[in-house]
Amino acid sequence: MEKKYEIMEHLADGKFRAYGRNLEECLGNAALAMASLMWEPEKIKPKIKEIIKLEAASPEQLTVKFLTELIYLLEVKSFLLGRVNGIKIEKRKQNGDSVYHLKAEVAGDLISPHYEIYGQVKAVTYNEMKIENTGDGLVLQVVVDM
Amino acid sequence: MDPVRISEFIWEIPKSGEMKVPARIYASEKLIELARRDQTLQQARNVACLPGIQQRSYVMPDAHQGYGFPIGGVAAFDLDEGIISPGGVGYDINCGVRLLRTDFRESDITARRKELLAEIFKEVPAGVGKGGITRLSRNVLKEILVRGAEWAVAQGFGTAEDLERTEENGRMKDASWEFISDKAMERGIPQLGTLGAGNHFLEIQKVDEIYEPEVARAFGLEEKGQVLVMIHCGSRGLGHQIATDYIELMENKFGFKGLPDRELINAPFKSDLGQRYYRSMCAAVNYAFANRQMIAHWVRDVFARVMGSSQGMQQIYDVCHNVAKVEKHTVNGKEKQLCVHRKGATRSFGPGRPEIPVVYRQVGQPVLIPGSMGTASYILVGTKEAEEMSFSSTAHGAGRVMSRNEALRRFRGEQIRDELARKGVELKATSWKGVAEEASAAYKDVDEVVRVSHETGLGRLVARVVPIGVMKG
Repeated sequence: MEKKYEIMEHLADGKFRAYGRNLEECLGNAALAMASLMWEPEKIKPKIKEIIKLEAASPEQLTVKFLTELIYLLEVKSFLLGRVNGIKIEKRKQNGDSVYHLKAEVAGDLISPHYEIYGQVKAVTYNEMKIENTGDGLVLQVVVDM
Repeated sequence: MDPVRISEFIWEIPKSGEMKVPARIYASEKLIELARRDQTLQQARNVACLPGIQQRSYVMPDAHQGYGFPIGGVAAFDLDEGIISPGGVGYDINCGVRLLRTDFRESDITARRKELLAEIFKEVPAGVGKGGITRLSRNVLKEILVRGAEWAVAQGFGTAEDLERTEENGRMKDASWEFISDKAMERGIPQLGTLGAGNHFLEIQKVDEIYEPEVARAFGLEEKGQVLVMIHCGSRGLGHQIATDYIELMENKFGFKGLPDRELINAPFKSDLGQRYYRSMCAAVNYAFANRQMIAHWVRDVFARVMGSSQGMQQIYDVCHNVAKVEKHTVNGKEKQLCVHRKGATRSFGPGRPEIPVVYRQVGQPVLIPGSMGTASYILVGTKEAEEMSFSSTAHGAGRVMSRNEALRRFRGEQIRDELARKGVELKATSWKGVAEEASAAYKDVDEVVRVSHETGLGRLVARVVPIGVMKG
């Protein structure tokens, strides 16, 4: 199976690259990458589903808002992400501006002593953020504040 | 672009290009070397380009690369022509430190050290997703955002004296909850009275060295071996979300084209959006003050229970490390109100400043600089010189020199626990992997940081303290 994401070296915080054929896949893998800085997503049982809906002015802003939503789910609903079931992004024109609409379904479980949480992502930043088309897909690079 | 050496510990990047003022770095040769390795110096230059910046863009001795502004960056802006920037405060608004003294000596607590730490670990919620003990209503949260530590004291968490010994008396008066998103409020509700994770910690410490006995006495530090408690945490998810929200709002309103770094996004201080951010940020500062107030109260409770008394557990001080404040400073011989951003820096007011508690007004403000987990921390005193040198600011801590990945490859949490135990330091943590990430070897030498602060006069050394017990979130 091809690589979904890669954790990069960063002196003070967390940095990763997520891969995918399109922005949807990239964002799904970015969610898993960010989760892996806090817990092991593959160990989380997909017992609970959450739906995320949001809109943003650019792919970068969409990335920040989507990943921040996962921190929100962790802190407010004690939700640990284990799997991304699907993401849909639509670009629409609103009053002459492009607006990106995202709908995602993610699955996971509640915090419990079964799961070790070893880190905390405080916020998602624009620092060193890059979305690049490499020819055979997209690479999304993100730095998160820890 | 390489900084010019002005004196042993002062370096400057002269004004060039878009820079409105020069950038000045306070560092030893060893520390400037570390700053050269990452984006710190470039970020200090970028800050120097922002509208309304006064005097210089400053870099404290512990600086490292941040987002937009460097961590350890200090910049003051004119209120009329200048800006306010969430990136100049940081995501963890009012991440800060509170220090309590005690009448106990190390020998008093040696036998009960384990029990003390275990009880504190039970009382103070820590770690990721660990909620506070009280489920707040939204109305109570609003009150906390406006009243800060004052609210906590009114609920019986601590005393009026604690408030006197907190920056801003534990309450930023310009705070408002009206411009805070529902998301931020929701993140704030379950987390009040929690330590959090990452670099946040609570330590039982002892005085290891006193450099300036007279000032130490004024702070309530009497002798070597005296037991202290240090609490290091911030405004939790509430502050993080406010920063995230306002970066987006400012981007949507002003765009980021023309900015050398997207995280330097800002708004004119007096604009509607600038004021909304400022007042929301003040509310997050208050939340953090209330948070540390509650934790301090629980620590006193544990001491009362385990040691039979919490008498003498006075608060020495509580300082913000991530904040923007309106303060009066002298620029070109003229006194004026400025919006001072301190991101990973400690205010360092010298004697006489009306903002500092009456009890300290003769000597200067206590400056609390935590080290990394298991290493020494320092208590300094603010100086008059710092007013001219750095808008009354100095360092805030150690700063990382090794990535989390590398720390995880090199260390194991259990091994760190055993090594600390051999040094007589007890450690409790929510995750051993988290402990490995925060290994002290992954941080700069805090001794070198405070030495530069002392030698330059940004903040003078008063005492060195070392941990006896460490609780890590």
